[in-house]
Amino acid sequence: MREKLLEVKDLAVSYHGYAGEVQSVRRVSFDVNRGETVAVVGESGCGKSVTAKTIMHLIKTPPAEIKEGSQVLFNGEDVLRFDKKRLSQYRGGEAAIIFQDALAALNPTMTVGNQIVENIRHHSSVSKKEATAQAVELLRMVGIPQPEQRVKQYPHEFSGGMRQRVMIAIAFACNPQLLIADEPTTALDVTIQSQIVDLIKELQKEKGTSVILITHDLGVVANIAHRIVVMYSGKIVERGSNLSIFHSPKHPYTNALLEAVPRLDLVNKQVLSSIEGTPPDLLNPPPGCPFCSRCKYCMEICCTEEPPAVPFDEGHEASCWLYALAEPCKDAPFTWEDRK
Amino acid sequence: MMENVILDVSHLKKYFELGRGRTLKAVDDVSFQIHQGETLGLVGESGCGKTTCGRTCLGMYNKTAGSVQYLGQDIHALKGAELFAFKKEAQMIFQDPYASLDPRMTVSDIVAEGLDVHKMCRSKAERTDKIYELLNMVGLNKEHANRFIHEFSGGQRQRIGIARALAMEPKFLVLDEPISALDVSIQAQVVNMLIHLQQNMGLTYLFIAHDLSMVKHISDRVGVMYLGNIVEITSSGELYSHPLHPYTQALLSAIPIPDPEIEVQREATRIRLEGEVPSPINPPPGCKFAGRCRYATERCRQETPALRDMGGGHYVACFAVES
Repeated sequence: MREKLLEVKDLAVSYHGYAGEVQSVRRVSFDVNRGETVAVVGESGCGKSVTAKTIMHLIKTPPAEIKEGSQVLFNGEDVLRFDKKRLSQYRGGEAAIIFQDALAALNPTMTVGNQIVENIRHHSSVSKKEATAQAVELLRMVGIPQPEQRVKQYPHEFSGGMRQRVMIAIAFACNPQLLIADEPTTALDVTIQSQIVDLIKELQKEKGTSVILITHDLGVVANIAHRIVVMYSGKIVERGSNLSIFHSPKHPYTNALLEAVPRLDLVNKQVLSSIEGTPPDLLNPPPGCPFCSRCKYCMEICCTEEPPAVPFDEGHEASCWLYALAEPCKDAPFTWEDRK
Repeated sequence: MMENVILDVSHLKKYFELGRGRTLKAVDDVSFQIHQGETLGLVGESGCGKTTCGRTCLGMYNKTAGSVQYLGQDIHALKGAELFAFKKEAQMIFQDPYASLDPRMTVSDIVAEGLDVHKMCRSKAERTDKIYELLNMVGLNKEHANRFIHEFSGGQRQRIGIARALAMEPKFLVLDEPISALDVSIQAQVVNMLIHLQQNMGLTYLFIAHDLSMVKHISDRVGVMYLGNIVEITSSGELYSHPLHPYTQALLSAIPIPDPEIEVQREATRIRLEGEVPSPINPPPGCKFAGRCRYATERCRQETPALRDMGGGHYVACFAVES
């Protein structure tokens, strides 16, 4: 069996609108091993959700365009070349996705049970009765009390956290090899958020599923991810293991993101370090490093040429000129201790 | 201490009648005071009544019972010129910077709407100067004045909303989740600006949010709400170092910390809350947290605990907490 479940290679996605071509994802490559959780972190508009949807082949073309040379290899097969039949096996069967807004993602006119049954029966030939029994078990597995009654209810009768659990139940109905969680906890309260994160973690351990967790919240990531990919304006700026990203970030953007989160041990009303300015417009992305206009360590070369990815230890990589010059910095100009 | 109380809320209740004998008790007997120049944070999960509380404090909703006194005046009894003056002094900043600004008005008209209503500018030139000054204050520049809202990002829109509120030269601001809709890097910009403005202009804030780490950062005192009640209220340092109420403890322990090593250590001691916030429609008697509380006893399900002073201005509403 291949070690790598999913390989995303040179993925580029653009949207064509009135104003021109918005380059949402600009040549992104990463891979996911079996049983591993990879977090994709970034701000809104950085292309993380588009990447997730492309992996599921949920991108509508047009208006979107998946550029020539993009590949999404699932067990070595290119998802982007799947025909209709193969796609319907893939989606919901081998790979499943859960969305941020569970209320919008669930069908309001179908009972929760029928929505789970729909997925089960689509992928295997079991009787309706048997599928319903499985649905009840799934609801129990995701921690919904009284599943026998709840299975007959509609999405509007569930609370936000419970709806997200239903989404997870649907996703796990066919024991997928890959689960994509697109901001699964953003709309939820902290106490519910930690319940959902625990649930995903538990199910992953039990079933050995690979998870791609898409989020903007670095706090959630610390608890669950094995590896982290940091995206900024359609590109991957840094990637590495969980510990290396949090304890020795190399890219100034990653560091700034970590600094901008107020820590509970900070002095009250102390000035938070913020990132001035806003992300670049992806209609005409500037040449060079996408972060250059907001970067504290910006040099001349940053504004004209794109930085190469510089490797550090164990798969830790950052695309930044600080480490790629003729006389590169050995260490980042910021440390984890500063942040503490 | 009493003389510099700017807002005194006592036993405030706000119920919504839903018909068929059902009552939604959004705010159920809430009392707190806000002093001149301080920030009181209100935190709680969605549906706990923090927004309703903020809005009732500004008279945007009529109260059901209790009182809200602004500098000694009951705001729900104000009429005519007094009400007009109060509305100028107390301003609100809304959560959604997309919905709270009129897309058909230019930025300058949005910012100056209040100036016009309150006739605060004598000439057109003065009005323009004032608009530029306000935009400058919130980190925008005068080129932005004639643009429309759709041309701005979320962070910039929130700044316009803040400029609109500051135009009234307010003393008291209710900030209803002003940063929840913004990205992490932009949140820090807006929070820094809010703190800076407060220090320069002597503003008093009621800061409503669900993000506990941000609330701790900006607030002098923090009140924790659960299902219409304040369960604990104290200085922000004290709340985070010595939380007394079981709900506060659980809430704090659920905040994710962006550090994998700390997270691993916390895993063992994390307090996991089972279930979810119950419905505020016709809630059962007793402590509203009893259904999810680890320490709940028979007494908790019968009687409602009142806020008790634990010393040093630390108030908590729980029978299980020893004095």
